Amino acid sequence: MISADTLFKGFGAKQVLRGVSFDVPKGESLVVIGGSGTGKSVLLKCLLGLERPDSGSVEVAGLRNPRPQVLAAHVGMLFQGAALFDSIPVWQNIAFRLMRGPGRLRAPEAKALAIEKLARVGLDKGTADLFPAELSGGMQKRVGLARAIAGDPPVLFFDEPTAGLDPIMSAVINALIREIVTEMGATALTITHDMRTLRDVADRVAMLHEGRFYWQGTTAEALTTDDPVMRQFTEGRTTGPIPTLR
Amino acid sequence: MTAAALLGATGRSFAGMLGALGRFVGFAGQAVGWMLRRPFHLRELGVQLIQIGWLSLPVVGMTALFTGAALALQIFAGSARYGAEFAVPSITAIGMVRELGPVLGGLMVAARVASSIAAEIGTMKVSEQIDALRTLAVEPMQYLTVPRLLAATLAMPVLVAVGDSIGILGGYAVGVTRLGFDGPTYLANTLDFLEFWDIGSGLVKGAVFGFLVALSGCYFGMTSGRGAQGVGEATKSAVVLASVLILASNYLLTEAFFTS
Repeated sequence: MISADTLFKGFGAKQVLRGVSFDVPKGESLVVIGGSGTGKSVLLKCLLGLERPDSGSVEVAGLRNPRPQVLAAHVGMLFQGAALFDSIPVWQNIAFRLMRGPGRLRAPEAKALAIEKLARVGLDKGTADLFPAELSGGMQKRVGLARAIAGDPPVLFFDEPTAGLDPIMSAVINALIREIVTEMGATALTITHDMRTLRDVADRVAMLHEGRFYWQGTTAEALTTDDPVMRQFTEGRTTGPIPTLR
Repeated sequence: MTAAALLGATGRSFAGMLGALGRFVGFAGQAVGWMLRRPFHLRELGVQLIQIGWLSLPVVGMTALFTGAALALQIFAGSARYGAEFAVPSITAIGMVRELGPVLGGLMVAARVASSIAAEIGTMKVSEQIDALRTLAVEPMQYLTVPRLLAATLAMPVLVAVGDSIGILGGYAVGVTRLGFDGPTYLANTLDFLEFWDIGSGLVKGAVFGFLVALSGCYFGMTSGRGAQGVGEATKSAVVLASVLILASNYLLTEAFFTS
């Protein structure tokens, strides 16, 4: 459902991805971990068609190297900062894609759908008419999640879903992601360095290190492996094979 | 620094400028290309017409009022040396509609609109809203750039027309209250000597300036660097480039319109 084959991507002299290959089968939730600046977001952008790989290929929802416009109907994406559009109210943010293009929804239908999705992420319908700037960080993440699932896509991407949230709100967002992914039967790829997200959301874990998928395994294996790189990362130790000065 | 090193640095700088110019022109070409493609985001166009046109009226109006008033005083002082004070109404009007209305209006809109467009789009880029648009099957050039370009191109001639009228009124007020002109005579001298192309050329200039202002704002917003510094730099560059383009294109248009 989501796969990459020998993906290479660099910016100038800096090679970020050096032959990333993986496959996420239908219905599985893969969590990709890795230090800051290891290319997790670049990988996500390549999968979404926002960055063109230097070589290699990706396949998402049966589409090979898709353009974002083509992929839009098949994927939902929760951005790190939610990336809500400031100039329009919450309900229009949620129904943004569904109000455009062929077969678009009229405003009353779109608003009803947005309110339904808001309820799914635990927000009341009074939120629908607010603007993003009027929401807390946690509420913005929930609205971003509602936007990601608005079209019931078979594939979901989450970029650092708990970044900037307090531990309780992080747990709430993680639980929501887990529930929604399971309920929709969606295939999910989450990028994070939050170990709580790894425990709560992942069926399988992959570690991006030095431009490659260095380690892959189940969540339980990720938390118990003796691999020194994985241990250092999951335990958050300052000493080990991963240099702390980048 | 040796002569060779100086020559090399100059060459690199020149090549860099040419590269930047090429990217800007390429962006303009892309933007025009997107203008011709569906879907048309009419709601966004309406929002931008209000933002760029309606909300610029006060600043353009105030600028024109004081410019027209000062222009009448200056022309009176100059023409008095030759006993040609009667020319104050017509020269004030021609100066306003041909040059000062469009140029000063354009510069004020550049300060207000190019900066605001660059900051808004730059912030959208930094906060991943541009990426979000693309993942929602909306092309940012079509959704963000095209409505702003069209709105500025359509609104600026109207702003110029309003500014011209207010500027002429400013000259009239000074002429009648300070310089001793008879009101009806002042107006008659203004209208009798104005030709259609005096006004039309200013409106065409306004449309060109509007396009350039929005283009600068959109270009620097879309290519903004990361963080507050990147957005700040984009905002500054948008205003500077828009202002320079207005002045340069004003000269070229004046050559084209009035020297043949």
